[in-house]
Amino acid sequence: MALIHDLVVQGGQLLLVLLMAPLLTGFVRKVKARLLRRRGAPIIQPYRDLARLLQKDVVLADNASWLFRVAPYLIFAATWVAAALVPTFATSLMFNWTADLIAIAALLGSVRFFLALAGLDIGTSFGGIGSSREMMIASLAEPAILMIVFTLALVAKSTQLSTISDFMLSSHVGVRISLGLVLVGLIIVAIAENARVPVDNPATHLELTMVHEAMVLEYSGRHLAVIELAASLKLLLYISLIACIFTPWGLVRADAGLAAYVLGSAAWVAKLAIGGALLALFETVIAKMRVFRVPTFLGAALMLGLLGTLLLFVSRSL
Amino acid sequence: MSAAFALWCVGLLLVAAAIGTAIPRRHVATPIVYGASLVASVVALAGALAALIGPAPVSTATLPLGLPWLGAHFRIDALAAFFLIVVNLGSAAASLYALGYGRHEPAPHRVLPFYPVFVAGMNLVVLADDAFTFLLSWEFMSLSSWALVMAHHRLRENVRAAYVYLVMASFGTLCLLLAFALLAGVDGAYGFEAMRVRDAGPVTAALVLTFALLGAGSKAGLVPLHVWLPLAHPAAPSHVSALMSGVMTKVAVYGFIRIVLDLLGPPEWGWSMVVLALGGITSVLGVLYALMQHDLKRLLAYHTVENIGIIFIGLGLAMAFQAYQVSWAAALALTAALFHVLNHSLFKSLLFFGSGAVLTATGERDMEHLGGLIHRMPLTAFTFLVGCVAISALPPLNGFVSEWLTFQAILQSPDLPPWGLKVLIPAVGAMLALSAALAAACFVKAFGITFLGRPRSPAAANAREVDRFSLATMFAFSGLCLLAGVLPGLVIDALAPVVGGLLGDRMPVQLDVPWLSIVPIAEARSSYNGLLIFVFITASASLAVYVIHRFASRVLRRAPPWDCGFPDPRPITQYTAGSFAQPIRRVFGTSVFLARERVDMPPPGDRRPARLTVELRDLVWDMLYVPVAGAVDATAGRLNILQFQSIRRYLSLVVAALVALLLVLAIWL
Repeated sequence: MALIHDLVVQGGQLLLVLLMAPLLTGFVRKVKARLLRRRGAPIIQPYRDLARLLQKDVVLADNASWLFRVAPYLIFAATWVAAALVPTFATSLMFNWTADLIAIAALLGSVRFFLALAGLDIGTSFGGIGSSREMMIASLAEPAILMIVFTLALVAKSTQLSTISDFMLSSHVGVRISLGLVLVGLIIVAIAENARVPVDNPATHLELTMVHEAMVLEYSGRHLAVIELAASLKLLLYISLIACIFTPWGLVRADAGLAAYVLGSAAWVAKLAIGGALLALFETVIAKMRVFRVPTFLGAALMLGLLGTLLLFVSRSL
Repeated sequence: MSAAFALWCVGLLLVAAAIGTAIPRRHVATPIVYGASLVASVVALAGALAALIGPAPVSTATLPLGLPWLGAHFRIDALAAFFLIVVNLGSAAASLYALGYGRHEPAPHRVLPFYPVFVAGMNLVVLADDAFTFLLSWEFMSLSSWALVMAHHRLRENVRAAYVYLVMASFGTLCLLLAFALLAGVDGAYGFEAMRVRDAGPVTAALVLTFALLGAGSKAGLVPLHVWLPLAHPAAPSHVSALMSGVMTKVAVYGFIRIVLDLLGPPEWGWSMVVLALGGITSVLGVLYALMQHDLKRLLAYHTVENIGIIFIGLGLAMAFQAYQVSWAAALALTAALFHVLNHSLFKSLLFFGSGAVLTATGERDMEHLGGLIHRMPLTAFTFLVGCVAISALPPLNGFVSEWLTFQAILQSPDLPPWGLKVLIPAVGAMLALSAALAAACFVKAFGITFLGRPRSPAAANAREVDRFSLATMFAFSGLCLLAGVLPGLVIDALAPVVGGLLGDRMPVQLDVPWLSIVPIAEARSSYNGLLIFVFITASASLAVYVIHRFASRVLRRAPPWDCGFPDPRPITQYTAGSFAQPIRRVFGTSVFLARERVDMPPPGDRRPARLTVELRDLVWDMLYVPVAGAVDATAGRLNILQFQSIRRYLSLVVAALVALLLVLAIWL
């Protein structure tokens, strides 16, 4: 019985993240549009886009290899698995222990690896520019996120996400400088990893400024749909991650009743909405950076993470 | 496996070397020599596996060779058994690969005699149980590999590589000689057994550590002693490159572990800082150098430097924990280091085999002339991709597991009391994270430029898939990379006796954990399950494919590339290796390499082509080696007069030297 219960919760999360991801993207777009005094597309527009793309033929470049066709599914699968392992409404997921926070970060690294390879596959200059810039951004974002993980792990004495959020919910936390540093760092990394303004612009096809869009330029039809869905999942993953670490209220612990799950899901949706709205607000008020300013921006995240870790090595209470 | 059995395998290798010397130019020589090496390696591998997993009593053997009053001692304990596995796994694969690859060798008589000797030398280093045998085998290994580096000696750069290698190898052996001399003490106890029980004073221990670090470090490729490695490893034939990068550097790591953790005993914590700092710097610099390369084999060789850095970070952590008797954490760190030793020997050999296949198929090592090989060589491309994912430390393959374990070991360290370690270890953690991220960039570049895109030369456009032996080897190693990645518990448990023998503690038994997860300390703290990750990704990808193809569209049309409406079919418009690395060069290279770009743009109307030149400086070479070489040269010039003396002067010099030595001895004793 307990096994079935666990399986249902884990399966529920798996489906929930998949279904909610396009909604979150639509919501962010809507809020952005409203902030610009535009009416904007309906919130469910991303679902329509996905359905339309799935029905269309794939137009494949003449010299595309098998890797180009396999990569979208790998990218989607790895992102989905990673998103399903982050506690959204409950901490005691059945397969939580499959991957700790370091492994989740590394899974996203695998996603980026294949995306960058796909960008190089056709041999167009835009694909190359996207891949090369993406790897430059990753080379700073990935160490930053690892240092952030280190800080969290030192505070909570665990790299396991469920343990971390349980710890954050307990009264032992208090106000810590290192956690403040890490929050800022994590937000910076999340912005860069999701290709949002000011690092990249998800809405543009202006050649010289795009990174993520340049890599997926040659994709079409169902391949593009799967990649778009993976990008939405990634945004959802990062907001859920920040929420489950820094605002763990409402997360369902083990062995709770149905009401708790409903409440937990509602809390999660509310957190997503707040996170999405803040992201939209931030994107509206800030301008896109030049590509070679990005290292400074991400370097700040790396330094914040390193500083947080150093503080904790020096004193457990900071 | 008994030590005598291992010596028989070495004997078989020497017979193969004799055959290689006798009939090197015959066509049958290649299969005979590599076949015999393969058999010897496989037998030794099976024996070593049995010795490590089975209830292994320590086995010794003595041969009446070497110093007359000492004999040559050999011994297999858990540590030696593990490294015998690494050596023989690598050499078995290299021999199998060479059965196919060796047929393209233009000068077999320069390779066949030395290859089995090289393998035998590496085996003997691991087997040796006294200083004399160890050093002799070490020299065997160095000199035979030097001969293999010189195999294609008509290329000027190979001659230079071999020269630098010879100088550095002599320097390394000299350092090891001094280390062993200090360990043996004045009464000349050269057996390892005697060294183990001897208690070295703090000054001697410090000196031994310094010499061990210099000697083993120069062979392994620790910065700043790495300069020979990216020159020599690519110069050799590819299967030898795989052995040098994948295995010989591990033998050097073995030498370091044997001397420092076994013979000397875990030293004071201050030394762990030196090892940690060197490891961190080595890992970051190694991968940055690798990113700047466009020669495929040289890129791989530089990347070996990075991995050696990761291994030394693990070793440094183990030393730090052991100095404070936190033996369970030391066991975790050492397990991580040894796991990475195994992993690196797997994927680096695999990648060198892949680069050899590319070299056979196209005759090119320069990535700027390659591209699009995934169409012409799909099987090689697949295995090379597996190697790239594994070496970039991405789950679910094996490279990630050992780096994950190293990260877990780093996270156990805030309780270590010294302030130096408190500041250094987080910094080393950041360097490790940085090098992991840069490694991914490096291998996106290596795979993307070589195998993807459109062919940049006619050679690449007309490449053909390589022979079956090579493919079988590469697929076998890809399989092992996956296996070690999804079943890491097996490897960790197999490493337990090795770690236990050195530190007296071990990681928790992993095979008891449900679902084959690995749990370094406790499940609430951290756990990882490569198998489930692999299954989940495979299942959800298959599910996505099935659902989409069943319920949505499955139509596929081919068309010219889109490229924002401006497709240019010429391959020259693609991103190159240099342009791919340009953003990272701008971010890191300006400080590390003093990189400078010069653009020469002709004015309008002028029809000469525009030029972009990039200057990179190797600061280690410029600031360390050039001055040292200059000083040696100048001193040699001064001392040159000694060469043109009369016989009386010579005799008086000899007498003076003798008197001086006796004086030193008299004062010292």
